[in-house]
Amino acid sequence: MMLRVVGKRLLGAAAGGQASPALAPAARRGYHERVVDHYNNPRNVGTFDKDDPDVGTGLVGAPACGDVMKLQIRVDEGSGRVVDARFKTFGCGSAIASSSVASEWVKGKQMEEIVAIKNTEIAKHLSLPPVKLHCSMLAEDAIKAAVKDYEAKKVKLAKADE
Amino acid sequence: MALSRRLLPLFLRRGGGVARGPCSPAPARALSTAAAPAEVVEEESITVKGVRISGRPLYMDMQATTPVDPRVLDAMLPFYISSYGNPHSRTHLYGWESDAAVESARARVASLVGADPREIFFTSGATECNNIAVKGVMRFYRDRRRHVITTQTEHKCVLDSCRYLQQEGFEVTYLPVRSDGLVDLAQLEHAIRPDTGLVSVMAVNNEIGVVQPLEEIGRICKEKGVPFHTDAAQALGKIPIDVNRMGIGLMSLSGHKIYGPKGVGALYLRRRPRIRVEPQMSGGGQERGIRSGTVPTPLVVGFGAACEIAAQEMDYDHRRATALQHRLLDGIRAQVDDIVINGSMEHRYPGNLNLSFAYVEGESLLMGLKEVAVSSGSACTSASLEPSYVLRALGVEEDMAHTSIRFGIGRFTTEEEVDRAIELTVHQVKKLRDMSPLYEMAKAGIDLKSIEWSQH
Repeated sequence: MMLRVVGKRLLGAAAGGQASPALAPAARRGYHERVVDHYNNPRNVGTFDKDDPDVGTGLVGAPACGDVMKLQIRVDEGSGRVVDARFKTFGCGSAIASSSVASEWVKGKQMEEIVAIKNTEIAKHLSLPPVKLHCSMLAEDAIKAAVKDYEAKKVKLAKADE
Repeated sequence: MALSRRLLPLFLRRGGGVARGPCSPAPARALSTAAAPAEVVEEESITVKGVRISGRPLYMDMQATTPVDPRVLDAMLPFYISSYGNPHSRTHLYGWESDAAVESARARVASLVGADPREIFFTSGATECNNIAVKGVMRFYRDRRRHVITTQTEHKCVLDSCRYLQQEGFEVTYLPVRSDGLVDLAQLEHAIRPDTGLVSVMAVNNEIGVVQPLEEIGRICKEKGVPFHTDAAQALGKIPIDVNRMGIGLMSLSGHKIYGPKGVGALYLRRRPRIRVEPQMSGGGQERGIRSGTVPTPLVVGFGAACEIAAQEMDYDHRRATALQHRLLDGIRAQVDDIVINGSMEHRYPGNLNLSFAYVEGESLLMGLKEVAVSSGSACTSASLEPSYVLRALGVEEDMAHTSIRFGIGRFTTEEEVDRAIELTVHQVKKLRDMSPLYEMAKAGIDLKSIEWSQH
């Protein structure tokens, strides 16, 4: 019996290499691959000039809470489309990933579309656990704040022209 | 036959636990006994919780637990293998030799702290000792003593025991600490009342490594006639402890913080004047009725061996830890600025370095430091999203409390490990500061305190 077990174990070791991807956990507690990916390779980290009339800046959160996100969008004036985005975040891995995802998703969309981005979509994309949902909420707030800032700027510039 | 079939998945799954490269060739020669050809060794990496790390991380979390010293393990093994008797069996050799080993270990623990072996009682760990000390003392003297004094930076088991007592109707004073982590002696003296039954102040703090002035506190308590309890789990074998010089009445000790086994601890209870406690474990009256339950001989022997080794090597370990701590601190400071050390540097156990990196959040830093095992006082790493209560008690601003990392240096930490930890930490801190809006604003000269943040 032992010989059979040992034999099966050796064969099992041969099959183990192929079996491992199937066993790789995505649903276990801990970071989702996408969160780790965004952390290791963050997209769109950087800054636009705040005073640039095409740029809307959203700064949300508070250091006391441990989460601060700054999301900036560059909007093409003619089409109202977001052409580029940059973000900077002080926060946990999930917060960084949420804002990184937000900065990716806003690119190439209309402003009406991006204010419709819901935190639940971001959370689902990253498989955020319930305790981290507020990170995605903050990302949604950041998008809205950026849009609001851009609109306010446009109004101010229009008034200055009058 | 059926057994092998049930065992089969166990063997298969174990092989699949370690992630191999995507193109690892199935070793078709698995059953061959001829010498295998030289293989290209792919880098073995481990993927756990979605994170991929190459090899095992450097262990720099000595305050959480310590590796068992090989000499301790050597002392323990015979008591698992051949001398496995119950020390309370009075009728045969197994019991007698087990009992002799327990008493010998008791003497070793006692000598490390300057106590009599009859004053040492073995338990399952420092948490149990703290429970016995706090609840046991107060319940024993419940008629005359109704007040407990402790500090805000105590270990959770002490604070929770005090809270439990509050529910039973006792009063508790949680003394604040100064910004360097030390308790204010004048405040302590002032807080003692005629009905104070216990003063509990930990010797070395587990989070920030600050060493409290035990002699002065002991002197104050002796003058006022109040028992002094100290949680010395982090202090044992690291700083010299003398229960008589320090006027200690009760003391909690832990095995797994001094390179001993997990699951064992010891409570020191003074005999002159005798401190009485109400036992928390009912049973056969082992350990002089203080703690019933079979004394786990191998664990206790391990604890005794660890104490003996600590007595011999305490000075050397201390000097070595100091040198490594300086190396770590200087190495990080040379490359990164805006660092704060949490807790006093003078009254500190050198093996504990708790640093806050401004403008960088602790959990995200830890996420990138998976090759170094450290811990943080950040909210995200605790289940409740609250930053560490110890750091808050120091008066650390909430945003800085989120950024702290605790490095633990121990007997087996090497210079290479420290250098690599420096390298990894500096790299991550720089990367996260590039990503941080707060760093950007601070560098631009904006005062972060003047901004009105939009919280939700």
